[in-house]
Amino acid sequence: MTIREYIELVFSDYTLRTITLGTAILGAVCGMLGSFAVLRKQSLLGDAISHAALPGIAIAFLITGAKNGNTLLIGALISGLVGTFWIRGIIKKTQLKSDTALGLILSLFFGFGMLLLTFIQKMPNANQAGLDKYLFGQAATLVEADVWLMGIVMTISVLVLFAFWKELKLLLFDVDYAKSLGINTIFLDILITSFIVLAIVIGLQTVGVVLMSAMLLAPAAAARQWTNSLGIMVLLAAIFGAFSGVLGTAVSASSNNLSTGPVIVLIAAIFVVFSFIFSPGRGLLFKEIRYWKNRNDLQLFKTLAFMQNIAKTHEDISHPHAIKILNNFQGYTKRSLKKLESREYITVAGGMWAMTQKGFDKATNLYNQQENTYD
Amino acid sequence: MREDCAIAVDDLTVAYNYKPVLWDIDLAIPEGVLMAIVGPNGAGKSTLIKSILDIIKPIAGSVRIFGKPYKQQHKEVAYVPQKGSVDWDFPTTALDVVMMGTYGSLGWIKRPRQKQRKLALEALEKVGMLEFKSRQISQLSGGQQQRIFLARALVQNASIYLMDEPFQGVDATTEKAIINILKELRKAGKTVIVVHHDLQTVPEYFDWVTFLNVKKIATGPVKDIFNDDNLTKTYGINYKVSVQQ
Amino acid sequence: MTSAQVEIQLIASIVAIACAIPGTFLVLRKMAMISDAISHSILPGIVVGFFLTEDLNSPWLILLAALTGVITVFLVEYIQKTGLVKEDTAIGLVFPALFSIGVILIAKNANDIHLDIDAVLLGELAFAPFDRLVVNGIDLGPKSLWVIGTILVLTLGLLFIFFKELKLSTFDKGLATSLGFSPVLLHYGLMSVASVTTVGAFDAVGAVLVVALMIAPPAMAYLLTNDLKKMLALAAFFGVLGALGGYWLAHGLDASIAGSMTSVLGVLFLIVYLFAPDKGLLSVMYRQRRQKIEVHLLTFLLHLQNHEEASERHVKHLNEHINWQTVRSKSVLELALKNNMITISDDIISLTAKGKEFTKEAINYIMTNKSAAIEEMKDRFFLFRG
Repeated sequence: MTIREYIELVFSDYTLRTITLGTAILGAVCGMLGSFAVLRKQSLLGDAISHAALPGIAIAFLITGAKNGNTLLIGALISGLVGTFWIRGIIKKTQLKSDTALGLILSLFFGFGMLLLTFIQKMPNANQAGLDKYLFGQAATLVEADVWLMGIVMTISVLVLFAFWKELKLLLFDVDYAKSLGINTIFLDILITSFIVLAIVIGLQTVGVVLMSAMLLAPAAAARQWTNSLGIMVLLAAIFGAFSGVLGTAVSASSNNLSTGPVIVLIAAIFVVFSFIFSPGRGLLFKEIRYWKNRNDLQLFKTLAFMQNIAKTHEDISHPHAIKILNNFQGYTKRSLKKLESREYITVAGGMWAMTQKGFDKATNLYNQQENTYD
Repeated sequence: MREDCAIAVDDLTVAYNYKPVLWDIDLAIPEGVLMAIVGPNGAGKSTLIKSILDIIKPIAGSVRIFGKPYKQQHKEVAYVPQKGSVDWDFPTTALDVVMMGTYGSLGWIKRPRQKQRKLALEALEKVGMLEFKSRQISQLSGGQQQRIFLARALVQNASIYLMDEPFQGVDATTEKAIINILKELRKAGKTVIVVHHDLQTVPEYFDWVTFLNVKKIATGPVKDIFNDDNLTKTYGINYKVSVQQ
Repeated sequence: MTSAQVEIQLIASIVAIACAIPGTFLVLRKMAMISDAISHSILPGIVVGFFLTEDLNSPWLILLAALTGVITVFLVEYIQKTGLVKEDTAIGLVFPALFSIGVILIAKNANDIHLDIDAVLLGELAFAPFDRLVVNGIDLGPKSLWVIGTILVLTLGLLFIFFKELKLSTFDKGLATSLGFSPVLLHYGLMSVASVTTVGAFDAVGAVLVVALMIAPPAMAYLLTNDLKKMLALAAFFGVLGALGGYWLAHGLDASIAGSMTSVLGVLFLIVYLFAPDKGLLSVMYRQRRQKIEVHLLTFLLHLQNHEEASERHVKHLNEHINWQTVRSKSVLELALKNNMITISDDIISLTAKGKEFTKEAINYIMTNKSAAIEEMKDRFFLFRG
């Protein structure tokens, strides 16, 4: 299937359109709310919550005996919230640290969920495919009602973010200051945490328990590299998330046997790697280039300073000197000489070089300037 | 009740994990002073500021701002937290941080507009940071970050300014600039309270001082009470400063 | 019990002990989530190893997969060092990506690899006794028993040799470095052991149970003791208890063994979490309640000492000025009376000589930051605690 065919199919085929729309919305919601998780240093909470949701799903199934998506979601939501607040309780009341609390709830809840699943598999009406999808996610099982639900969650999230935007920003950046302005930070904290849990829960059947946390983190981590504004970061994260969702669905739909979750996550991971390396300002490549440039400049200026010392020996600073004097100096190369000439710090004629006034001033200011840049 | 005081602290006791950090503090801070809070590490200086701001709940006692509880008066108070208390890699610019000072007066949902932006720019200019307004905050030096925090408080246009170690890790130029602004604030009739470490500069910078070490040791005008006796009581050891008055 | 049942329990117990040892250090070093990351990211290593060896118990596969685990740790630390994202985000980015690669590798080669992801996550302990190690026609027992047994022996050996270094580098990194122990080497050594153990154990009990076995037993032990040796022993004990209890629970319910073991660990943790003598929830809450009343008592006594005026020492003042609700002030007052710290006449409260002495000492201790001395002092002065 070519890309063109696929795009045409998305618009003509009802099922594919539903799935694509669903994963796009999901990616956007996760990217948006994930930005808050990342900035609050709660990155791994998502992992714990998605695992902690499993027993809730199983219990909801056992109670209702049906695989009605919404009752399962409510089960997942409740058990996810119980897990979240239990983690906080453990950290607050015992000497166990946050990493241990996260790992405990994650593995113990999930294991308990597995135990419950074995009972479900023995039930006569067990639809294994219905529950298995929660492990790795199966976007193909999305129906219109699911997409509606995702759309509603997204609308509410966007409205909440709009309504409490500046308060949330303060909560993330400077909690004490927020409190001093009379802002109710406890309410905001519960609000944003609940929405993160909600986003995870609605994403479970598409991306799966194991990989849900990456869906939350990866778009936000990528977005952070491109901007220094919270608003743009949240927007970019939503876009990256949506693209990961759409592209992931396309790849997994066009080949057999591929769960959606891993493909979406890998595409999001590619966004992250690309951003880490190529983002201007923060990216690793940019940093490396800047490092080399500084190093080269340093070499160049050392040469210039050395030349200035020679030029000083003569009354007229632009008096020409033989190039071969420089051979004793380590930093000197033909290239550096050319570079100095192109910057009009020196003039070169025959085997001789002469300093210009500009070069002389530059060399004099070298040390002062370096001090300035370190301020 | 001492209604005339900018801040009246009554029998305030604060405990962390049920260990007292501040113990039965009575404090009446008159309006219009520039006051230093001094004391050794762990004396509860930051805690005192935070309980005045209602960030920490006391186990006993009360705080009144111009005779009313903090909840009703938060618009009268501006806070400069310790520089180390926030994540400076947060995706935001200098101007954006200063704008946060306007949030308290805006209420829910409302966005800062041109008017707030103008206020923020003025404050940036006052602290000499206008040219850095679009800088990401992690790309500012320690002194510049502290100036940004000060500008954010200035935007609030409050009557009382509470500052937690504004001179921590700043260069000499910034320290001078900050103290000049604080003195201007006092001239305009504002009350300024600063957690301060450098005892040498107390007489030069401040006109009022509170000695604190879990209990209140002394409070009053610098010229009356800033002496070796109180310093020894506060710091435990035999303390001598060359007071240059 | 059939011999298969004995073998399963033996394997499970050995896995539990092998996990408890590195787990204890991970919990103490605040790196528990690394075990979660390793347990997931070894998947691509297992898949590639399985490609090459076609045997899940091959030592080459185990080494290759363990290497993936160490690479995970390395990648996480590399990303942390770039400062592009916060510490925990790095973990949350690396392991899902590696796990996804593993899942896709399996899906793409479904015809060649008979590796079930569910089994990787959940393990199939019930089948472990069927895969036997046969040398020269002699049955030496289940292969996984040999694998995990070898890993345990190696882990124990390393633990004995490097116990001092591990202890020091866990509790005082600076001192360890100054004494010439390389924290980096120990760190990666520990990570390698954790990775090898995870790989060795996943076949038997699955990735999720490995995480549970690495974190839950040490967490329980941590709530019961502060002594490293005792903590290691207790963690191993709880691990084995969970493994055996889980096995019989699964047997009784005819349910997933890994799920049952995790659930038993969960119940054990719940019990320890609630009832641990010193650090359990109930004990902490009881102590906090007592300390709360006592700190109010201290506050109250100091207030009496600070104020000579009768108006400040009136019973009513407690409620009005100090801002306490009636209930609290009543219990504080009663406690002070019972301990002979105060006398009340005409609703005016005065400190007794004992009360004065107590307050003076308490101030002294608090101002010099000797909080431990206060508890000792309370024991001396109090007839009744709060």
